[in-house]
Amino acid sequence: MDALDVARWQFGVTTVYHFLFVPLTIGLSVLVAILQTLWHRTGDEKYLKLTKFYGKLFLINFAMGVVTGIVQEFQFGMNWSDYSRFVGDIFGAPLAIEALVAFFLESTFIGLWIFGWDRLPKRLHLASIWAAAIGTNLSAYFILAANSFMQNPVGYRYNPDTGRAELTDFLAVLTNKVALITFPHTIAGAFLVAGSLLVAVALWHLIRHRDSADTPAYRFAARFGSWVTLISATVVVITGDIQGKIMTQVQPMKMAAAEGLYATESPASFSVLTVGSLDGSRELFALKIPYLLSYLGTGDPNGTVQGINDLQARYSAQYGAGSYTPIIPVTYWSFRLMIGFGLAAAAIALLVLWTQRRGRAVPNSKWLLRAGLAMPILPLLANSFGWIFTEMGRQPWIVFGEMLTRDGVSRSVSLTEVLTSFTAFTLIYAVLAVIEVKLLIRYAKAGVPDVTPAPEPDDTDDAERPLAFAY
Amino acid sequence: MELTTIWFLLVAVLFTGYFILEGFDFGVGMLLPVLGRDDKERRVMINTIGPVWDGNEVWLITAGGAMFAAFPEWYATLFSGFYLPLLLILLALIARGVAFEYRHKRPEASWKRRWDNAIFFGSLVPAILWGVAFANILRGVPLDADHEYVGGLLNLLNPYALLGGATTAALFATHGAVFVALKTVGDIRARAAALAVRLGVAAAVLAVAFLSWTLTIRSSTAAVVLAVAAALALLGGLAAATVRREGWAFTGTAAAIGLAVATLFAALFPNVLPSTLDPAGTLTATNAASTPYTLTIMTWVAVFFTPIVLAYQGWTYWVFRKRIGVAHIPQH
Repeated sequence: MDALDVARWQFGVTTVYHFLFVPLTIGLSVLVAILQTLWHRTGDEKYLKLTKFYGKLFLINFAMGVVTGIVQEFQFGMNWSDYSRFVGDIFGAPLAIEALVAFFLESTFIGLWIFGWDRLPKRLHLASIWAAAIGTNLSAYFILAANSFMQNPVGYRYNPDTGRAELTDFLAVLTNKVALITFPHTIAGAFLVAGSLLVAVALWHLIRHRDSADTPAYRFAARFGSWVTLISATVVVITGDIQGKIMTQVQPMKMAAAEGLYATESPASFSVLTVGSLDGSRELFALKIPYLLSYLGTGDPNGTVQGINDLQARYSAQYGAGSYTPIIPVTYWSFRLMIGFGLAAAAIALLVLWTQRRGRAVPNSKWLLRAGLAMPILPLLANSFGWIFTEMGRQPWIVFGEMLTRDGVSRSVSLTEVLTSFTAFTLIYAVLAVIEVKLLIRYAKAGVPDVTPAPEPDDTDDAERPLAFAY
Repeated sequence: MELTTIWFLLVAVLFTGYFILEGFDFGVGMLLPVLGRDDKERRVMINTIGPVWDGNEVWLITAGGAMFAAFPEWYATLFSGFYLPLLLILLALIARGVAFEYRHKRPEASWKRRWDNAIFFGSLVPAILWGVAFANILRGVPLDADHEYVGGLLNLLNPYALLGGATTAALFATHGAVFVALKTVGDIRARAAALAVRLGVAAAVLAVAFLSWTLTIRSSTAAVVLAVAAALALLGGLAAATVRREGWAFTGTAAAIGLAVATLFAALFPNVLPSTLDPAGTLTATNAASTPYTLTIMTWVAVFFTPIVLAYQGWTYWVFRKRIGVAHIPQH
């Protein structure tokens, strides 16, 4: 074990952890904004209750997303300083813009929304949650544009005098075709999580507290959440398909690694499940769908999909001797788990809608309850495995074709230092995870709050009124 | 003006803004166990910064991002070189940010006490370490010809840097006490005002010592003028605090912090991270900078968006301008 390995593990752990909170922040901010808009438009108290209820869950999650996000920005410089030097001219700009354009919007208007209940005029208060939601979604674009540069570097030139990559076309970086398709894929993946959370919590209340006064509110949330889940699952599949084709062009090794495809094939079949030796020389068991991989990768059922062995030979000739192959079991399984967990969530959403068809009450089924509770966990895992796939599939590169991961690590940071930070982050993150999940369950169980309609604050000097939603 | 100079100024402005804004909310956090006698008073204190602390912290994220975009070498060397102090700052900011949100989420006293500790240490640790970090930037650190940090942790804990840490902690505590006096009503307001004066005297002594020491290490006319202005602003703020003019007192401590940070940047320019070993290792606004193309794009982005951000963030402060007291805290 050396400092490089620990730095990689730390980046992996802190990033996957950070991204447990990000999808909920992205998706739930918009869903809460929609709920509040429904209340604003219809005056139906059910929507206000749901806004406050899911708003609380959103904020419990949001805090974790914020604090774990700062680590990400610092970590590039702290642990990957040679990477930062190499790409700073290109990579720093989207990060700075993300902070200036998106994070200020998000954080400022979240503050206004939390403390603005019954204090701001209703319209302005509603606008606050929308502004925060827009800020959150906007931030995703900039960071994905930065990440896409690592997958498919564009809009730059290598300056041999400085040994650095230099920006030549910022628009090209922002309209990187990988970024353009990764953004809707990631956002839809986030809504998959948020929709699933709506369903899980609502379904629990519908089954546990039958015929309560709040049943209509939970019924709405369960159905709304199910539709969000289904629609986002559809978008995830469509964008994922396009992403696969782009990946086959710009990172053929990643596609081959996703499939464990060692020899170039035309037509190539999609492996549903293959068990074999790691170097691909022997297959013990294989379940394959003919032509599918060719179609997924190239759009043509007879198209050629390059195999790992040929690509490895080509890259060795191009970049010099060395391994250019990612860890195949990781890419192979993370790719499959991403798809499997995502589809499972969509299937449960379909089931939930089916059980409530034409106004039927939710059946009192233990299995439905369990399926519902599994729902938010499934797309979260799908999100994690998607990122593990896309980042591990890029290896050994930190910037594809330009810089190896091992060359990007900080030279001045010792093994002891990085072990210290890795241990510290892992410990504090583990403790906070337990606290966060317990709080989420506590507040989810508490159910929708009582809401007494507040008067429009006609007199803003009404300073004696207690704060709503105070810390 | 050179693009690199503009970006040196912008990074300076972002850190200055960060220390003025998060300075008072660090101060409020540090004074939580001192000024907040019971749970309600502590809640009053937390709620004075409740709507704004997160937005204040984005100044740091933006400063870091701007440093990365405009001066990648500076960002890379500084963040990898100051590894352990930055780790502690991150852990503190994590604990503190979560604490604000989670503290009132359960009724048990033990739960609240733990989060109060997180807020206290989560505010105290960065308040000290930012001072230590900036003092070291100004003093210079051992960098080799490749601009790699070659000192250890102990190198960063020199007397000058420790004085810097004590100074920022005292300044932020004073700033926080003035802010609590400005934003609250009742008993806590009077206690905060009295504490502000006592803390302010200590902060003034430390600040004068630290800035004088700074100017002996490196200096410029601008830095001397700014240092004198910082001292005068702090004294003015203290005078205002003594006569209970809280708005003016806050203006004074805010200006003092801003001018003190500006002093450091003015003394530092055109260097951004001097090397105490090989002069070739010194990072300057020129040799640490991105290409003119990147700086030009970033300049346009900054010119367009900074006024918008300042407008809505300023407006937030206006919305929540009212004083609060224990009467405003809900029962549950």
